[in-house]
Amino acid sequence: MDIVNVNKIIEKYQEKRTALISILHDIQDRYQFLPEEALKIIASRLRMNLNEIYGVATFYKSFSLIPKGKHSITICLGTACHVRGGPKILREIRSLLKIKPGETTPDRKFSLNTVNCLGVCAIGPVMMIDGKFYGDMSPLKAKRMIEKLSKNTKKSGGRS
Amino acid sequence: MRKIKSLSDLEKWRKDILRKQDEFETIISVCGGTGCHAYGCKNIKDRFIKTIKENGYQKIKLRFTGCRGFCERGPIVTIQPQEIFYQRVKEKDVPLILSETIKKGKILEHLLYEDSMTKSRFISEKDIPFYKAQKRLILANNGLIEPTKIEDYIMLGGYQSFSKALFEMEPQQIIDEVKASGLRGRGGAGFPTGKKWEECRNATGKLKYIICNCDEGDPGAYMDRSLLEGNPHSILEGMLIGAYAIGGRYGYIYVRHEYPLACKNAEIAIKQARKAGLLGDNILGTDFSFDVEIAKGGGAFVCGESTALIASIEGRAGEPRSKQIHAVEDGLWGKPTNINNVETWANIPLIIKNGSKWFSSIGTEKSKGTKIFSLVGKVKNTGLVEVPMGITLKEIIFDIGGGPKDGKPIKAVQTGGPSGGCIPVSLFNLPVDFDSLKEVGSMMGSGGMIVMDEGTCMVDVAKYFIHFLEEESCGKCLPCREGLKRMSQILENLTEGKGDEESLYLLEELGQVVADTSLCGLGKTAPNPVLSALKYFRPEFEAHLDKRCPAGVCIPLIHYSISETNCIGCGACAKICPTKAIEGEKKEVYHIISELCIKCGSCREICKNDAIIVN
Amino acid sequence: MEIKTVNITIDGISVDAEEGSTILQAARTVGIHIPTLCYAEHLSPYGGCRICVVEISQDGGKTFIDTSCTHRVREGMNVQTKSPRIIRARKMLAELLVSSAPNVKIAQDIAARMGILKVRFPMEDNRCILCGLCIRMCYEQMDGKALGFAGRGTKRKISMPFNKRPETCRLCRGCDYICPAMIIPCHGVKEPGELCGRCVLLDEMPKCCPTNTFGCFCDKNPL
Repeated sequence: MDIVNVNKIIEKYQEKRTALISILHDIQDRYQFLPEEALKIIASRLRMNLNEIYGVATFYKSFSLIPKGKHSITICLGTACHVRGGPKILREIRSLLKIKPGETTPDRKFSLNTVNCLGVCAIGPVMMIDGKFYGDMSPLKAKRMIEKLSKNTKKSGGRS
Repeated sequence: MRKIKSLSDLEKWRKDILRKQDEFETIISVCGGTGCHAYGCKNIKDRFIKTIKENGYQKIKLRFTGCRGFCERGPIVTIQPQEIFYQRVKEKDVPLILSETIKKGKILEHLLYEDSMTKSRFISEKDIPFYKAQKRLILANNGLIEPTKIEDYIMLGGYQSFSKALFEMEPQQIIDEVKASGLRGRGGAGFPTGKKWEECRNATGKLKYIICNCDEGDPGAYMDRSLLEGNPHSILEGMLIGAYAIGGRYGYIYVRHEYPLACKNAEIAIKQARKAGLLGDNILGTDFSFDVEIAKGGGAFVCGESTALIASIEGRAGEPRSKQIHAVEDGLWGKPTNINNVETWANIPLIIKNGSKWFSSIGTEKSKGTKIFSLVGKVKNTGLVEVPMGITLKEIIFDIGGGPKDGKPIKAVQTGGPSGGCIPVSLFNLPVDFDSLKEVGSMMGSGGMIVMDEGTCMVDVAKYFIHFLEEESCGKCLPCREGLKRMSQILENLTEGKGDEESLYLLEELGQVVADTSLCGLGKTAPNPVLSALKYFRPEFEAHLDKRCPAGVCIPLIHYSISETNCIGCGACAKICPTKAIEGEKKEVYHIISELCIKCGSCREICKNDAIIVN
Repeated sequence: MEIKTVNITIDGISVDAEEGSTILQAARTVGIHIPTLCYAEHLSPYGGCRICVVEISQDGGKTFIDTSCTHRVREGMNVQTKSPRIIRARKMLAELLVSSAPNVKIAQDIAARMGILKVRFPMEDNRCILCGLCIRMCYEQMDGKALGFAGRGTKRKISMPFNKRPETCRLCRGCDYICPAMIIPCHGVKEPGELCGRCVLLDEMPKCCPTNTFGCFCDKNPL
């Protein structure tokens, strides 16, 4: 972890307390998790207690204190997606990857998460892979996508 | 981009933009909302740019607009002035659109919206049943402007309302107009906006904050995303008018981080407004100064609650606090703070432009104006629907929504998100407004409307909502933290056939105490989905006590089998079954081995003859 | 200097309460008992346990429920501390509390006082009741700023950052002192007529830190 980068991020937000969550997002985007060292730097520069930063980092679902996988898979479990079969897709992915939401596969290839609404309900059930949204999902489609990713093939969005 | 220092500067800019517009003969709008992104709209936009350049098409203006709200039909491409609406456009259709429709005026039938029942096709947006019955006032410009271009917004009259407010009205006058309009908060609680503004204005202290709540935590609701993504300047304009009326100096737009495009577009809009002199010090040459920043959420539904939202902006965990003293007096950093929902802010420029009389002529006696609903779930036409308050559930779900999606009859609609309740189809003649739905145990909430059919298990729905709230609870107060956990356990047991009559009684008792003693709105309204489901669908709950799930959803209670009459022996199900639980011979009826069946539903998905029975 | 008062009614009794005080403080001045759990007089009120809830109506309006430890008095306020709605609520809260932390003495005490004889939820064995008193003690009184809440909802815990004691902690043991859960529970009746006597010998009993901040004594004195 590069201290220079962390400091750059903090400077981008002018050391404002109101930007704490944005700072944490940027650090997480950079390092795939929130390193303890980074939080200590933030605490010192924002003049907050490490304890308060730790509380914030563990309160919000988007943050992880442990390194995540190469590919981040997020399944939407919002009501509309739920009614259209979101949980089935989650079950399929769970049995494929053998991990629970919030966990990362031992080979560090995949991290699985759930989210409670991505705001694209009309095309549900929705799955997000590495920040890209895929609608009209089914357990079968999801399985095929993960298998493709495992073999390191790129897939772009589009009507299937 | 220019910096405007006075009202006349603004008007001159607008005239210049309009003049430039006249140079174009055709305007092609490609929807760039998040939903359409998932279907590759960016590739379509790029293909248009490439093809137009390569083939030397002239006088075409291409716009990458905001969310049009008809996401399931995306990608959407509209053409003006011909008023052609193309849906489910693929990249390979782009050259055809240019060569056939633009050049030769020929309509591409396969891209038109087709009613699945009547098979009739519609060319213009205004004729499509989904759009016809709507009254799109707030969403009107979403398809006409590129959200990242302030010039587009100015061209359509943007910031005129703010200029009117700033130069022709006094702050108290503005507040009186908003009061007279009858506008009530669109975030869910429905508090009279004008009253809130007045209370904030009268609060002691010179430094006041203005906040826009775009946390939109209700799963199934995405109106705010569409607004902030598609027309961010309309929100800024609303906030400017509010800041001027209340005396606000700084503002924040709190955006949930699950909306990266809305965040990005809002940031661009803020930068542009600053450059143009519409945000910052001495706006338009007056002594009114106001600036806005984006504050991001971190993935917590509770942060939609005003005191939790404030805590979040202050860099703390989103823990609500007692609301005996409201945010308008003691809010962000202890200063008077006015928080309004995105949709509420979007209404303000319209009210100032057209007047409170115009606004209050729409809607019902106590619920004025239009409301945007996100109609999703088991209905044919899903998307964002803007209608006048007072329209009935039936009209929204059947006339606009087109009725049931999978052929199964509609059973209920869930409104108001996790704070709302389930309304059975027998009550669909109810008008939708702030008060009528409350009377039957639900609420309009922020506008989420999730349609459920006979294939939806209401016990499962109740379990879903409680589980959602249990996960989202901040954990500060005992009734919410422990009470929801216990309600979740009871519902889990019910869906596994492990409940008894006592369980239902306990659910109600717990629900009442959680509602009575919870600290914040999350806990106070948490029991609503469960209690309303129990009220209107008690037979379904009682069936679960008998270890039956009538809707065929709760896994431990259902049984998969193959119909002898429908099975044609193709073997597709056996191939797809992950546990090899299906066996049979080609051309003969197949058979599911119950002990191996994990009820994943893959066989039902792949069977083309409807031969898989679930009971 | 004269103290400004407002007149309120608690359980039918007229009380001249100091302006700016809470309903709980006003009730205590006239000896009306309202049970509490996460409240400590010298620390800021938290309003987390909800045990001290009361039914309030302002100027004869519709009643609402709020915690008496946080709700400030206002002229014309009418408070009911033992209405049927409140008793029902407190009973359920006690049941939720004791089913979550049955081995914590104060949870048992509150349940016993509310007359809870059976618990209808599957029992857990949490030792920390998340009242937050240790955190407020650390921040407000002892200036250690070393303890805080981590996580959310049912996964909420009290901990030190990254489970390591920060430099600002001076091992003052204020958190131990204030913790209401840090008392080894009653062992019940051992032989007929013979009590375990722990409640009598409280000062001499080894304490078990529920947040595991300093390591649990329980290894040496199993419960």
